[in-house]
Amino acid sequence: MRTITYRDALREAIREEMLRDERVFILGEDIAGYGGTYAVSKGLFEEFGEKRVRDTPLAEEVITGAAIGAALGGLRPILELMTVNFSLLASDQIINSAAKFHYMFGGQPQIPLVIRMPGGGGAQRGAQHSQMLETMYAHVPGLKVVTPATPYDVKGMLKSAVRDPNPVLFIEHELLYNIKGDVPDEGVEYTVPLDRGEVKRAGQHITIITFSRMLHVTMQAAEDLAKEGIDAEVIDLRCIRPIDIDLLVDSVKKTNRVVIAEEGWKYYGTGQGLAALIYEFAFDYLDAPIQHVHGADVPMPYSKSLERLAMPNKDAIVKAAKAIVPAVLAHT
Amino acid sequence: MAIQTDPGLVPYQILDAGGNLVGKMPGISAERMLSLYRSMQVGRVFSNKIIALQRQGRATTFGSLVGQEATAVGLAAPMQPQDWLATSYREIASLIVKGVPIPTLAYSFRGFTPENWPAETHCLPVQIVIGTQMLHAVGLAMAAKIAGDPAVAVGVCGDGATSEGDFNEALNFAGVFQAPVVLVVQNNGWAISVPRSKQSAASTFAARGEGFGVPARLVDGNDILAVYDTMSKAIENARAGNGPTLVETLTYRIGAHTTADDPTRYRDAAEVEAWRARDPIARFQKFLIARDLLAEQRVQQLIEEVEEEINEAVRIAESMPPMAPDSFFDYVAATLSPRQQAQRADLLRYINQVIQ
Ligand SMILES: Cc1ncc(C[n+]2csc(CCOP(=O)(O)OP(=O)(O)O)c2C)c(N)n1
Ligand SMILES: [Mg+2]
Repeated sequence: MRTITYRDALREAIREEMLRDERVFILGEDIAGYGGTYAVSKGLFEEFGEKRVRDTPLAEEVITGAAIGAALGGLRPILELMTVNFSLLASDQIINSAAKFHYMFGGQPQIPLVIRMPGGGGAQRGAQHSQMLETMYAHVPGLKVVTPATPYDVKGMLKSAVRDPNPVLFIEHELLYNIKGDVPDEGVEYTVPLDRGEVKRAGQHITIITFSRMLHVTMQAAEDLAKEGIDAEVIDLRCIRPIDIDLLVDSVKKTNRVVIAEEGWKYYGTGQGLAALIYEFAFDYLDAPIQHVHGADVPMPYSKSLERLAMPNKDAIVKAAKAIVPAVLAHT
Repeated sequence: MAIQTDPGLVPYQILDAGGNLVGKMPGISAERMLSLYRSMQVGRVFSNKIIALQRQGRATTFGSLVGQEATAVGLAAPMQPQDWLATSYREIASLIVKGVPIPTLAYSFRGFTPENWPAETHCLPVQIVIGTQMLHAVGLAMAAKIAGDPAVAVGVCGDGATSEGDFNEALNFAGVFQAPVVLVVQNNGWAISVPRSKQSAASTFAARGEGFGVPARLVDGNDILAVYDTMSKAIENARAGNGPTLVETLTYRIGAHTTADDPTRYRDAAEVEAWRARDPIARFQKFLIARDLLAEQRVQQLIEEVEEEINEAVRIAESMPPMAPDSFFDYVAATLSPRQQAQRADLLRYINQVIQ
């Protein structure tokens, strides 16, 4: 094991997949000599050259549509969209083409395509540049949507995504690239599946379900709760679609209480979808209503001080947990 | 004068890089020229000031407009108050010319949404999603035509934006509906790290006009008189009911893409130096001095006056109260839903209990 950043783990995964399979190539805006807006592809242009590391014109729809074409043509494109916000310009290609061709063409063509893009706020990028939007894509049958939160997961999941025969929306987070974590030594091959969540902290009093950057906020909240005698189990969804419902239900059976913590908006989003699933499959095990921690129901404010208030934080998670864990339970 | 359909490859110039008159002088008063000159200085000083504030943590991300002052000022100066301007983040100087108060802009670069955004200036707030504003400009122009208003719309985007579907769809609509719009491509050579040559295999963006049946002009974007003259004609042509024009201005982004970028990583210092030699302000200044319209000794004084004006605007912006902590619930929609009101009350409770 060694400790590396999320960014470096991602780059290693891309590089190793490019070395493993010569059909893998990457394309996007500013990804070649510049190395990507978030420096993920740094050095890959120098190593693999223009044939496999392509700077494109500034046009999300054709980047995505052409990558679908390339996938149909037998290649394995990994495309980078500068942020999930700009994927909206490619959403027709993603939802109407990538997600449907396998189905509409009777299972003949596969679309082994990975769309990488960061989502989320916290970097003072304003209303049009700070959205999560994973929920929008997770609504669509035919897509896989994943949100790895740690260096270990991002490396293992990117590898799985490249090898997967389906289109995978690989949603990173602008504030995750610099976080560090343990990753197996170079040359030690591993993958992380695209349909499994993970218990990131075992606990008995309450289950806190989260994903992406909020995992790290939740882990801190769990530490605070521990000081007050509340032992929280933290589940990192990792995969938004398909969702690892069994893992959630098993945890609820143990703790009987649930907080869902996400960065995105409240209504009709990932959190509400999860709550509905838990009510559907684990209603009898719940001892309290599910609590939902989420971003303010507004476009993201631009200023640092306001953005901080519009985003869910550790305090909100602690408060939500304490609201449903009775005092008699804590310390047991 | 009829607008040329075939832009050719030679950009329209009135002043060469040395400030010599090489074209026909447009009908423009000395006073007007001095005001254009001053506006270019305002643009440059404002840009440098916000970047300096950003370095001190007092402003948000900002994209330098240095080197592009002639285009930014020249495209807005011929516009009338009722005309609409839809820009990207790069044309702050155009907004100033169109009448947006500088303190309002400085306040917005503190990250706050100015409540008093001057709607009467008919400037749309700056657009971050590349190319989108071109659609809105066409729609504004169509509305003016339908309503019979004598308003023209100007939409401005960068060279990178021409690759987006939005740009091409806007151009097509403009042509089909003969909208009174001028679509400007501010070709500054770069889209972050991607050079102009990688956006299109065509030698000009102006050439795209022909494919959409929209007359086009290619202009030296560092020649304020050429930009002003071209825009005046295109705007009045549109106002007269003769439809849209596409204008490509050739200029150069001397600075970094934004305060988050380091351009030395991807471009040659020599290229930047070559463009510095074509500096739009120096060029016009030489011309004005040679014509005795501006005294050489006056230049430094004028720059200092402009700096004082910008410093004062920043002082005003910094003395304006920050937006109230719960203010981001304002204007999410014309009215807040009961749920949003409840969230707002929760937030206020949290601020009172935890933060204060
Ligand atoms: C739809 C969309 N895609 C990507 C981006 C990220 N981005 C911001 S500025 C920029 C380059 C724009 O280049 P250009 O159009 O030439 O304008 P300039 O910055 O040179 O003024 C890119 C790719 C964005 N803001 N919007
Ligand atoms: Mg550009």
